[in-house]
Amino acid sequence: MTSLVIAEHDNTALKDATAKTVAAALQLGAPVHVLVAGQDCRAVADAAAKLSGVEKVLLADNAAYAKMLPEPMEQLIASLAPSYDAILAPATSNGKNYMPRVAARLDVPQVSEILAVESPDTFRRPIYAGNAIETVQVPAGKKVITVRTAAFKPVESTGSAPVEAVSAAADPQLSSFVNEELSRSERPELTSARIIISGGRGLQSGENFHLLEKLADKLHAAIGASRAAVDAGFVPNDYQVGQTGKIVAPDLYIAVGISGAIQHLAGMKDSKVIVAINKDEEAPIFQVADFGLVGDLFQAIPQMEQELARLGY
Amino acid sequence: MKVIVPVKRVIDFNVKVRVKADQSGVDLANVKMAMNPFDEIAVEEALRLREKGNASEVIAVSIGPQAAQETIRTALAMGADRGILVKAEGTVEPLAVAKILKAICEEEKPGLVILGKQAIDDDSNQTGQMLAALLGWPQGTFAHRLEIGDGNIKVEREIDGGLQTVELKLPAIVTTDLRLNEPRYASLPNIMKAKKKPVAEKTPADYGVDTTPRLRVLKVAEPPKRQAGVKLKTAAELVGKLREAGVI
Ligand SMILES: Cc1cc2nc3c(=O)[nH]c(=O)nc-3n(C[C@H](O)[C@H](O)[C@H](O)COP(=O)(O)OP(=O)(O)OC[C@H]3O[C@@H](n4cnc5c(N)ncnc54)[C@H](O)[C@@H]3O)c2cc1C
Ligand SMILES: Nc1ncnc2c1ncn2[C@@H]1O[C@H](COP(=O)(O)O)[C@@H](O)[C@H]1O
Repeated sequence: MTSLVIAEHDNTALKDATAKTVAAALQLGAPVHVLVAGQDCRAVADAAAKLSGVEKVLLADNAAYAKMLPEPMEQLIASLAPSYDAILAPATSNGKNYMPRVAARLDVPQVSEILAVESPDTFRRPIYAGNAIETVQVPAGKKVITVRTAAFKPVESTGSAPVEAVSAAADPQLSSFVNEELSRSERPELTSARIIISGGRGLQSGENFHLLEKLADKLHAAIGASRAAVDAGFVPNDYQVGQTGKIVAPDLYIAVGISGAIQHLAGMKDSKVIVAINKDEEAPIFQVADFGLVGDLFQAIPQMEQELARLGY
Repeated sequence: MKVIVPVKRVIDFNVKVRVKADQSGVDLANVKMAMNPFDEIAVEEALRLREKGNASEVIAVSIGPQAAQETIRTALAMGADRGILVKAEGTVEPLAVAKILKAICEEEKPGLVILGKQAIDDDSNQTGQMLAALLGWPQGTFAHRLEIGDGNIKVEREIDGGLQTVELKLPAIVTTDLRLNEPRYASLPNIMKAKKKPVAEKTPADYGVDTTPRLRVLKVAEPPKRQAGVKLKTAAELVGKLREAGVI
């Protein structure tokens, strides 16, 4: 049978979370179809059709899916489910929102945030903030899975699958979209950036995040934060990295004024290289850091910036 | 309207778990347990709705061992009116929890169920959404702010790109995110009072739900360990190392 991947997108661009989820789906060994549900999102379907390994793209273009509200998404995915053996979505705020509804509707358990596919019915996933990794086997029947995208490499875009329109399912009209306040930034997205600089309570204010921004400009880095920095209002909520925020695994993660609580480490400890800048030598963040700088961030960050400038960055 | 708040007994968030040597699970013997932090936020929000006159009664429900009674008492000490303990040993998966909660909702007919977005032990982030689907109700997950209207509720949600507001018809399901509120502490007099509040004891069978896990856990292992690296003296040295490592 076939696997269905639900695409992540904003009606104009396909997000690379989709290419990573396709990579996970291909490991199940079955043909992969991608569902693009949205409004005026033909361009997204065309981009999905290029993802390597995808056999077919289903396009459900309807106002009901413009914001991927979970109630109509559940109806749509459930209407397509009879043709599929596995349904996968990225563990984004959208995927986490609609997928458990689909699982409940199909009366099957959901496997959340898989890190690895061991065999077509056996998966590894993190529990207890990533302090333990469980290997679970799914019983016979349909599989509903969300994928931790930081754990998979995106497939390339060298394919050319056909795009087929599918009709919208009935909209239960239980919910409606009111508005959105999206953080605008010229920087790379946290979950796809190669370099991330995150600030914690040690930054002391939102103003001081400008220090990190200057450094980020030089390194083309994304900016992240600890929960404490978000709670204090220094930066918006979508900057939060951690167990209950975004899970990231960039090539380089620079933690500035962050102590390294379990919940923060859960979101970044799979980064390739970790740097910690903290004035407290005992801070737990140093236990996972490849390079540590013990000192005052208000001196260290400008010094780093100067050194980079000297080297022509 | 009534508000139901499901509260889960989990390992305290400050405790770092140890995986058992035989890889059968994590060691919970003599470990400090507490209410799931997101559920404290859910209880607090329900209480605020009652204090504003939007809710008439707040019912705390827990599915778990006898000791989950303590978690319900914590909710009662914060101010919830009564509790329901559904006694079940071992792992109860989110789908089974959702089925039990559905049966309770059919009995109690709440206007709102407020759950945590995620239990910090299984990290599933499923139960509220599953309950919503089983009941055919709308959901506002990862709530940042609530506003009750006439027959509806506006939920401002934390999403990947920022904040989103949706409007839901009541009855509805809400799951809490970290910044919805700051939960209160229970005062001593309220802890005493909580001891007298009613807690009904039930079993999954009372609701016709089989809690046998469907997923088979083959193994629970330690994650790969990172080695602590080197401490450097200057920012210039750090930049040098990062260039050597080829990451900048
Ligand atoms: C249910 C739950 C979920 C959570 N989820 C998350 C999550 O997803 N992500 C997350 O990050 N946290 C999360 N937390 C919170 C977590 O437990 C910590 O409280 C938080 O990560 C601490 O943030 P921090 O390191 O910025 O602050 P602190 O722990 O206060 O650390 C600040 C650090 O800055 C250093 N510092 C101060 N001034 C300077 C200076 N001038 N120069 C250099 N260093 C300086 C200090 O030495 C200290 O180490 C969660 C908690 C709970 C209960
Ligand atoms: N055994 C349980 N008893 C009561 N509430 C639960 C239980 N399991 C999950 N919940 C609720 O569902 C939320 C999400 O849990 P989960 O889907 O397991 O991450 C929790 O924050 C609780 O509000």
